[in-house]
Amino acid sequence: MYPTDCRYTREHEWVRIEDDTCVLGITDFAQNQLGEVVFVETPEVGHVFDAGDEIGTIESVKAVAEVYTPVAGEIVEVNENLKDDPQSVNEDPHGDGWLVKIKYSSSSAFAELMDAAAYEEYTKEGK
Amino acid sequence: MVDFAGWEMPVQYAGVIDEHRAVRSAAGLFDVSHMGQIRVAGAGAQDFVQRLTPNDVAKLAPGRIHLSAFLTPEGTYIDDLLVCKTSPEELLLVVNASNAANDFAWAAAQPHPGLAVEDVSERWALIAIQGPKAAAIVAKLTATDLGTIRNYGFATGQVAGKPAILSRTGYTGEDGFELFVEPADAGAVWDALLDAGAPMGLVPAGLGARDTLRLEAAMPLYGQEIDRETTPWEAGLDWVIKLDKGDFIGRDALVASRARPLTRKLIGYEVVGRGIARHGHKFVSGGREVGVVTSGTFSPTFEKALGMGYVETALAVPGTALEIDVRGRAIPARVVPLPFYKRPR
Repeated sequence: MYPTDCRYTREHEWVRIEDDTCVLGITDFAQNQLGEVVFVETPEVGHVFDAGDEIGTIESVKAVAEVYTPVAGEIVEVNENLKDDPQSVNEDPHGDGWLVKIKYSSSSAFAELMDAAAYEEYTKEGK
Repeated sequence: MVDFAGWEMPVQYAGVIDEHRAVRSAAGLFDVSHMGQIRVAGAGAQDFVQRLTPNDVAKLAPGRIHLSAFLTPEGTYIDDLLVCKTSPEELLLVVNASNAANDFAWAAAQPHPGLAVEDVSERWALIAIQGPKAAAIVAKLTATDLGTIRNYGFATGQVAGKPAILSRTGYTGEDGFELFVEPADAGAVWDALLDAGAPMGLVPAGLGARDTLRLEAAMPLYGQEIDRETTPWEAGLDWVIKLDKGDFIGRDALVASRARPLTRKLIGYEVVGRGIARHGHKFVSGGREVGVVTSGTFSPTFEKALGMGYVETALAVPGTALEIDVRGRAIPARVVPLPFYKRPR
């Protein structure tokens, strides 16, 4: 069910490694819990984060969720389409609804993340 | 499903935005059985309610409903409520779920010799059908002439063959009915309404849409716009308070507070920049905290972030520019007149 080329966090983000950058978004499970996304706050390109930092927020009509990065690095691209089309986070969370691309400073954090099967198990535990 | 004052309630069925828009354009069906009801009956029932609540029950005609409140002796809100007057000897108070137990205890604790003051919340299920098509849908299922029930009026009759009180009230800013039915009949009435209404665009709607709809209509919610710290004057609910009708609980304090200038007032705001302010976020002006957001959301009708909140009186003027501290980020906002939404008539 979840793309196998991604790794997953306990806070329901996914990351997909593309050479020296990784793409980050929130999972289908997360968007489903949030409901209709109406506003996405993304960081500025060039901003540098540590692993575990909050990089933005996603707001639905009824709730707000913080987005964290599991890897340290610099934001090299943000998904500008989300300004006009925040609902793409709902419609295609693992594709068009991606949030940012990060040029990561170390790949060691990826090893600690869940693979698709482990994440699916994790969501079934009701987290 | 979420827990709401001990009730399991759906936040949404298909999605808050679609449900909200269905209510504005056609109709939505809400299960609001969590609302509490207190029955006051017997000779002198009206006088009892008159002393218990600030609106003028004597001026309310039988078959009519008005907004009122339970106030503390300090003139702040215990709850807001609807008073339904069948006759001077028979009244029904409709209160919020989260306060129902407190409200009943408060009412029952006031002297009421020879009167029945009963918590009848378990006796009624409450189904709200709201929207421009609501009356046409209900009309398919009842012999009652709905034209005789004006806004804030009620009548007893049948809906889908089941006994019901048809109350032309709601919490969405739209025309519609709240139908009191027996709990055993609620499922059948719900299904009959959905069947009859689906071709006209009726959809089930949850707590999420109920909140965005009432906020656009600037209807206060207990625990947000009003609570034990707020007075009707601050909340802009002066019209509910009838100081001339005689004594009632909270009157002395309200007479005194009326004579003092207000320190803060409830306002509507809309966010000018990007972001959504929520309950508890602070208004800032000139680097200084000047108030607090009581309800904030994304408005499906206007497609922008808006809400209500308290600000210092001098700033409570439409057009005033403010900022709201949204998790450490200052987003620009503007004071606007209430309500945001008024239905076309």
